[in-house]
Amino acid sequence: MAAIEMKNIVKQYGDGFPAVNDVSIDVEDGEFLILVGPSGCGKSTLLRMIVGLEDITDGDMVIGGKKVNDLAPRERNLSMVFQNYALYPHLTVYENIAFPLRLAGKSDSEVDEKVREASKTLELDEHLERKPGNLSGGQRQRVAMGRAIVRDAEAFLFDEPLSNLDAKLRGQMRTEISRLQKRLGITTVYVTHDQTEAMTLGDRVAVLKRGVLQQHATPRELYENPANLFVAGFIGSPPMNFLPAKVDGNRVELPFGTVTIPEDRAAKAQGKDLLIAGIRPEHFEDASVVDSDKVTDEATFKATVDVVEWLGNEAYAYIPFEAPDEVRKQLAQLEKDLDGESLRTQLVVSLDGASRISEGDEATIWVDARKIHLFDPATGENLTIDADNAGIIPGGNAMAKAEEVGKEQDEVKPSAESSAT
Amino acid sequence: MKQRNNIGTWIGFVLIMVWCLLPVVWIISLSFKSVEETAGGSPQFLPKDPTLDNYRDILSNGDFLAALRNSFGIALIATFLAVVFATLAAYAIARLEFKGKRLVLSLALAIAMFPVVSLVGPLFDMWRTFGLFNTWPGLVIPYMSFTLPLAIWTLTAFFREIPWEMEQAAQVDGATSWQAFRKVIVPLAAPGVFTAAILTFFFAWNEFVLAISLTSTTGSRTVPAQLSYFVGPDPFNPPYGQLATASVVVTVPIIVIVLLFQRKIVAGLTSGAVKG
Repeated sequence: MAAIEMKNIVKQYGDGFPAVNDVSIDVEDGEFLILVGPSGCGKSTLLRMIVGLEDITDGDMVIGGKKVNDLAPRERNLSMVFQNYALYPHLTVYENIAFPLRLAGKSDSEVDEKVREASKTLELDEHLERKPGNLSGGQRQRVAMGRAIVRDAEAFLFDEPLSNLDAKLRGQMRTEISRLQKRLGITTVYVTHDQTEAMTLGDRVAVLKRGVLQQHATPRELYENPANLFVAGFIGSPPMNFLPAKVDGNRVELPFGTVTIPEDRAAKAQGKDLLIAGIRPEHFEDASVVDSDKVTDEATFKATVDVVEWLGNEAYAYIPFEAPDEVRKQLAQLEKDLDGESLRTQLVVSLDGASRISEGDEATIWVDARKIHLFDPATGENLTIDADNAGIIPGGNAMAKAEEVGKEQDEVKPSAESSAT
Repeated sequence: MKQRNNIGTWIGFVLIMVWCLLPVVWIISLSFKSVEETAGGSPQFLPKDPTLDNYRDILSNGDFLAALRNSFGIALIATFLAVVFATLAAYAIARLEFKGKRLVLSLALAIAMFPVVSLVGPLFDMWRTFGLFNTWPGLVIPYMSFTLPLAIWTLTAFFREIPWEMEQAAQVDGATSWQAFRKVIVPLAAPGVFTAAILTFFFAWNEFVLAISLTSTTGSRTVPAQLSYFVGPDPFNPPYGQLATASVVVTVPIIVIVLLFQRKIVAGLTSGAVKG
């Protein structure tokens, strides 16, 4: 078990494609770190540099206090679970799990003991003599994990291990991985593009965009204090709403009306003309179900609801709005960066399940003004960030830097798909 | 409708079988006929009086046995070398990015397209100078060279099918590159290796032009070439029975090999085409 330190790691491919740019992340001993970002953000490349399957162009990779830049994968003593599991089809489950031990030249009795132990942990006992080809997706996944835990590796590395499973199994395996990691207490780096996995599994999460680290913080910090528009839009489902906003004193003018925000927040956003306000869907509510002492004119607005999706415990209401071109362009770009496609600018509002608002109604919506974030539309920076509770935010403007790198990447490879694996 | 289809399929099947197997059956039948019968002028399909004399003669014929030994030796060595070299070459082509990779592949293809006959003259001169004329290596080298391209192409296709991750997983698990290749890649490519081996063996086993041109004695002459010397004492009465018997004897090893590796070959030939 060991800590992993990445110091100013750079990866540039032979054709000049800058996949990872000056990323520094410390993973503490026993910590569960998530690398997350949309496809092509360099997260897998970074993981493969940790394990030694990609050369490091620049920077230092230190594992357990030892610089490993020039060590071959087998000399780093890490174990990895691949996205497609990479089980050896010609070997039985038993031999698959035993493979690392056999390579290490362990005695038969020791191999047997360790394999049995791993298979018991992962409930693979009845499948030991089968070939991977005859196993279901979830079972294969467990075999791959068995192969990883069977030897005493310094750290576990997971490369999108659950992306090939169906939704239900994914949920179960997620819990299983979390439990296993807690029990073994081993340093883990986990790559995913699924933000649910990122939020639920990680002690800390590193958000990457175009090979540039955006923010490195606990899930809660990321959620409550996103460093910039990108992180704010990436973390949370349904995503944070972005609205054009004008600040005057402590009053924020939104497309639907004007609300009052706390003084300290307003102070940080003075002197800017047009801003982007970020409000999470759950920070809105149907005014009729909110305690009446909270509802003031300062924090409510009236809007016509376009569509309502009622889920039982809650409901999502969609309210379209018009945005000025400047903001719309920025939002469309953001949507593209997040692997999405924006059709229209609309507000998503999460309502209490008890709300009676239905489609076409003009509803009175209450907004929790204390939770509004304000972003600079030019740089994407969060102006209202509470820096003490936002984890590590790299210096300089990470989002703008990612933008630049993105342009560079597009020049080398117009589709930028190569590092998406 | 279905019924008629079935009948049609069967008629077609029988026709093709007759077309392909009749000559084989005829050869087998010939091999059991005595000299009197083959020279008799009105040959019938089945031997009137089946005899094993031809087999007895052939298997006590020192020249034929020597040729058989040569055939086995040369074909096996050529196959072995071709497969080893092709495996290594194909692995490099499938896995590594290097300059001139396409050149290597197209050159290999060009060699495969080169007519063997046009090389007989130059090879004859060269082998005499090098002292390779009428030796085993004198045949092993050209056989290996001519079968390498096909083997390389077949195996490259196989190696490309094996996911990179497989090897990377092995490396992360603690294997050296060589261990990963030997313990993971080669077993996975086994059907491809078998396919390549069998194709190579067939070529070397059946080859005639080089075998007759580059040998002069039974010290290195292979069976196909040796058969052309089976003329018998009477030029007007070639020993058809013995020729047929020899043909049967040289065909048997091929059939045995095909039956032994049938499943592997079928798996090999199809798995290259369709992604599993």
